[in-house]
Amino acid sequence: MSERAESQGVKWAELLVLPAVNLLAALVVSGVIVRIIGENPWTALKLLLGGAFGSGEGIGYTLYYATNFIFTGLSVAVAYKAGMFNIGAEGQAYIGGLGAGLVCLAAGSAPFWEVLPAAICAAAVFGAAWAFIPAWLQAKRGSHIVITTIMFNFIASALMTWLLVNVLIQPGQQSPETRQFGPNTWQPTASDLLGRVGIHVAATPLNLSFLIALAAAAGVWALVWRTRWGYAIRVTGENPAAALYAGISPSKVTFLVMLLSGALAGCLPLNELMGSQHLISLDFPAGAGFVGIAVALMARNHPAGICAAAVLFGALVQGGSELSFDMPHVNRDMVVVIQGLVILFCGGLDNLFKNPLRILRGWVRGARPR
Amino acid sequence: MDPALELRGIDKRFGSVHANRAVSLSVGPGTVHGIIGENGAGKSTLMNIVYGFHRADSGEVRVHGRAVDIRSPQDAIGAGIGMVHQHFMLVENFTVLENVVLGAEGGPLLGPGLGLARAELEKLGRDYGLEVPLDEPVEHLPVGLQQRVEILKALYRGADVLILDEPTAVLTPQEADQLFRMLARLRNQGKTAILVTHKLREIMAIADRVTVMRQGAVVAEMETANTSPRELAEKMVGRPVLLDVQKSAARPGATLLEVADLEVRDRRGVARVKGVSFAVRAAEIVGIAGVAGNGQSELLEALAGLTAPSLGKIRLAGAEVSAGARERRGQGLAHVPEDRLKMGVIASFSAADNGILGYHDRSEYLWGPFLNRGAIRSSCARKMSEWDVRPQQPDRRILAFSGGNQQKLVLAREIDSRPQVLIVGQPTRGVDIGAIEFIHRRLVALRDAGVAILLISVELEEILGLSDRILVMAGGVISGEMDRSEATEERLGLMMAGIGREESRSGKSGAGRPGGATPSGKGPAG
Repeated sequence: MSERAESQGVKWAELLVLPAVNLLAALVVSGVIVRIIGENPWTALKLLLGGAFGSGEGIGYTLYYATNFIFTGLSVAVAYKAGMFNIGAEGQAYIGGLGAGLVCLAAGSAPFWEVLPAAICAAAVFGAAWAFIPAWLQAKRGSHIVITTIMFNFIASALMTWLLVNVLIQPGQQSPETRQFGPNTWQPTASDLLGRVGIHVAATPLNLSFLIALAAAAGVWALVWRTRWGYAIRVTGENPAAALYAGISPSKVTFLVMLLSGALAGCLPLNELMGSQHLISLDFPAGAGFVGIAVALMARNHPAGICAAAVLFGALVQGGSELSFDMPHVNRDMVVVIQGLVILFCGGLDNLFKNPLRILRGWVRGARPR
Repeated sequence: MDPALELRGIDKRFGSVHANRAVSLSVGPGTVHGIIGENGAGKSTLMNIVYGFHRADSGEVRVHGRAVDIRSPQDAIGAGIGMVHQHFMLVENFTVLENVVLGAEGGPLLGPGLGLARAELEKLGRDYGLEVPLDEPVEHLPVGLQQRVEILKALYRGADVLILDEPTAVLTPQEADQLFRMLARLRNQGKTAILVTHKLREIMAIADRVTVMRQGAVVAEMETANTSPRELAEKMVGRPVLLDVQKSAARPGATLLEVADLEVRDRRGVARVKGVSFAVRAAEIVGIAGVAGNGQSELLEALAGLTAPSLGKIRLAGAEVSAGARERRGQGLAHVPEDRLKMGVIASFSAADNGILGYHDRSEYLWGPFLNRGAIRSSCARKMSEWDVRPQQPDRRILAFSGGNQQKLVLAREIDSRPQVLIVGQPTRGVDIGAIEFIHRRLVALRDAGVAILLISVELEEILGLSDRILVMAGGVISGEMDRSEATEERLGLMMAGIGREESRSGKSGAGRPGGATPSGKGPAG
């Protein structure tokens, strides 16, 4: 048993300590850069953290951004569990917005509790549909999913631009966006919901879809780790030859996970459009699909980790905008640099501290009397 | 005289694994020295230290009495140590000459270096009986000659001590004998050879002295003339072992597996199995012998439903099989794959999760769409106790088990489904002697219980020990079939070589159906 306890210990160290060390390294390097451009890194860090977590408003915005990243992070992770790299969450989210948006625009005066399920279904179906063609090309023609999903991001962008400029635009308007959805289709905000039970929080775009995202994370966990389909997904991702041996159809798994992945990404507009913008706007995913890759990478594709990593990236966005507001030399691009460093250290250089950490553990153990 | 190679107190740990424990050994010049031990006994680690792939934590390597510091293979080559790897390190589409000079070109221009090398290689070839067609691309050479190229490479770089790592794994018995004659000749010319192997027969055939390793330590070193295979096996395992499989005569029943004119093509469309027909009956073990890469793997995969044959029929208990591995499992065909880690288990999964691979949609493991983790775990625990898998921890990661225990779990999983037909590839590859004994006994017991077993193995001893009837595959066709009682290693070896010719110059052009070499003795085919 002690051996098992030890391997559990290793697992925990790698799941928690390693990302923390990586994050710290990213912050140190970011600090050096902030210093080089002539600002005080400590002040910058305080502003960043304070902006993200220092107030009810900050926390609300952080979690609002995190909601988007949970959806896209889950989307990337589900595909990755089957060994597929879905770069197309951005486009799938964009098209999902078309589905959710059309439901909201057509909702008339239907009550929210009728609109919501329809919007979720439409968002998921549209997102999944956008992943279907790459999945089909992969399963039947062997076209690489990375290439096709990237291409489908561009196609989604072009299609939505055309639709917004030529079809869905509000007549008499200049900006390419739809008319506003009826208030009956808006997600109730956190301040709304908590206000009803007597808790008062700052008014932010944080809304019900945060809970939907958490439920989706729990659902993904149950599906991947607790069902027979999840078993087939994991076998395929870990060892395709063994999947073939076990009689698992690779093309079925490809379809299953890509549709699921597209559906999850497609749910992003539940938060972004129905929770905040209340219309379909040009390029509303704003890169969340790509941040989802970093989130999944950092979380090792585990839903719990995805929620945590999404909050981290949400904090970077929210704290970063405070930072660029308060520090004259730090602009939004600088925030992107910091994000990039986090991605680099937590994803790309993941193994940088792995071995040193193991050696350190060895020392600690060696120092103890046996 | 100083020993050609001497190791003093070599110690090496990988994390918690103590791979070499104060290993000391001494290899006299002009001898063939065997190093024998089970998988994981530390032989390969030791040789990798000598060749500079790993650094020892402590200890000393001395070559001809001089301490040397070996930090890389370049240092090892500089010290006169050469290595012939189990998997050849050759560039397939380069000629022999180009392969030999690769990395030792001797200047920026290829021409002069190649000229010198040609002269040198011709001399080496004459001196040691290692003639190889220098201008032939390596991919056109049979495996035995490719190995010769590896040896030449080492000698060309001035190797005085030659390490051979499991050199016979890819050879027919005749090719192995040729290799041994070559080694004897090298020895007579004053070279030193170290033969790393787990095969007792080879040590007895060629080595002058043998070092036995177990669990990272040297447990014995002796003259081969003063020992026996039984004693060596005992020292390797640490307890007396049964080398022979105990079994009664087969009493075969109805034909359960029938294969007719099967042809299998690989992804490039090349036929790897060319019109193979045979049958396996209830309560018999049919062994397919052959050198690795002669179509056995492709045959196995086609039978298991992993690839679709281009021609031919497969019948299970008289009925045509359905397509797909899952469907065939449902029809009572179980399959133990040749390469456990590549196909049979998922390295990152626990033993319990591996215990349902291929059976994960059976109701006994499910609770609606959800996996019934309690049932999966307890079923794994039961299989573990029935098959003596140690340690009995279903939640332990499969990689944390020894090869033998992994293989027992794979066999337990497949046999637990009560198949009518079991096809099993390399059942004891990477498995320790103790577990081999156990697995062989179980396979015989399964046969006696009426299961039709098709055994594919590159280990002749295994084929001879287990089979009731033996088929030989060479070049994608069955080049011979005989009853066990008529089989000898020599006879099988000739059939494995295809047409009995010692060595065909080109492995590819000789790939026709081997004509007149059909064996006289036909087995009791169903």
